[in-house]
Amino acid sequence: MKGFIYLVVGIFFGTVLFKSEAASWFRIYEMFRFDAFHMYGIIGSAWFLGMLFTLWAKKEGRKSFFGDAITIVDKERSFWRYALGGVFFGLGWALVGACPGPMYTLLGAGFLPILFVIAGALLGTFVYGVLRKKLPH
Amino acid sequence: MEFIMQPWPWYVSGPLIALTMAILVLLGKRFGMSSNLRTICTLAGADKASDFFRFDWKSQQWNLLVALGVGIGGFIAANYLTANEAVLIHANSLEELRTLGFHSAGTSYMPSEFFAKEVFNDPYTIAILVIGGFLVGFGARYAGGCTSGHAISGLSNLQLPSLIAVLGFFAGGLVMVHVLFPLIFR
Repeated sequence: MKGFIYLVVGIFFGTVLFKSEAASWFRIYEMFRFDAFHMYGIIGSAWFLGMLFTLWAKKEGRKSFFGDAITIVDKERSFWRYALGGVFFGLGWALVGACPGPMYTLLGAGFLPILFVIAGALLGTFVYGVLRKKLPH
Repeated sequence: MEFIMQPWPWYVSGPLIALTMAILVLLGKRFGMSSNLRTICTLAGADKASDFFRFDWKSQQWNLLVALGVGIGGFIAANYLTANEAVLIHANSLEELRTLGFHSAGTSYMPSEFFAKEVFNDPYTIAILVIGGFLVGFGARYAGGCTSGHAISGLSNLQLPSLIAVLGFFAGGLVMVHVLFPLIFR
């Protein structure tokens, strides 16, 4: 039954991704050309409200719906993995116009060639897992 | 209903994405979509090749359900909640895309040059899609997160690593669109 909640959250998120056009290749292209505010408005307002929520959620004694303490873990401190990984990600994001959430949205929406993108993303994840110890972090 | 059938403006969409993250945190989880790629690799047997994939995938079952839901949401939104799929991007972007040979710009949700069924018979385009996907998957895991994990969750928690990652996303995206696109699509 608990699983059903996650499915519903996903359906909600997938709908938002499609209807906001954040899942559209064209919007990502437009964003990287700085031609419109749309994507910056989406990410900026999600960040701002998310920050207010996170400040609230990190206060002592906040409980989840199930009564457990809420924990928001900090990211590990380092530079290279974020800088280099970020650049690789950005190159791919701009080329195929889809990040790991919208990939599923687009598959559901019926853009079947996105399967090649998903296959590539799984391969990229696998190669990272294999090469991880040889890469600068 | 009229409003729902139109594209949703940023000031509706952004807050709804923040709400998605808030619900997941209140459910005791976190907002991060690219983790699913690692879980799927583990399910496909990648744990035999690297200890990076040796973890209890059942602890990530909830996230796979979110991903499944995201797909269903895309299906519902595209088929029942959209009057006209065309994405009306800015005129400058449209013009530039037509110069690059993307003639579907302004008439569809995704460029048909990449996402029409004919692509299945076009090895060059398939290669582009696989390479792009590879960069997304490799980069997300290397950077420890994607748009949801870093740009939304991480920046919301004022994490310097996430800021570095997001600046990296942008550096990569700008190079792709401004430097590499004119070389790839001539």
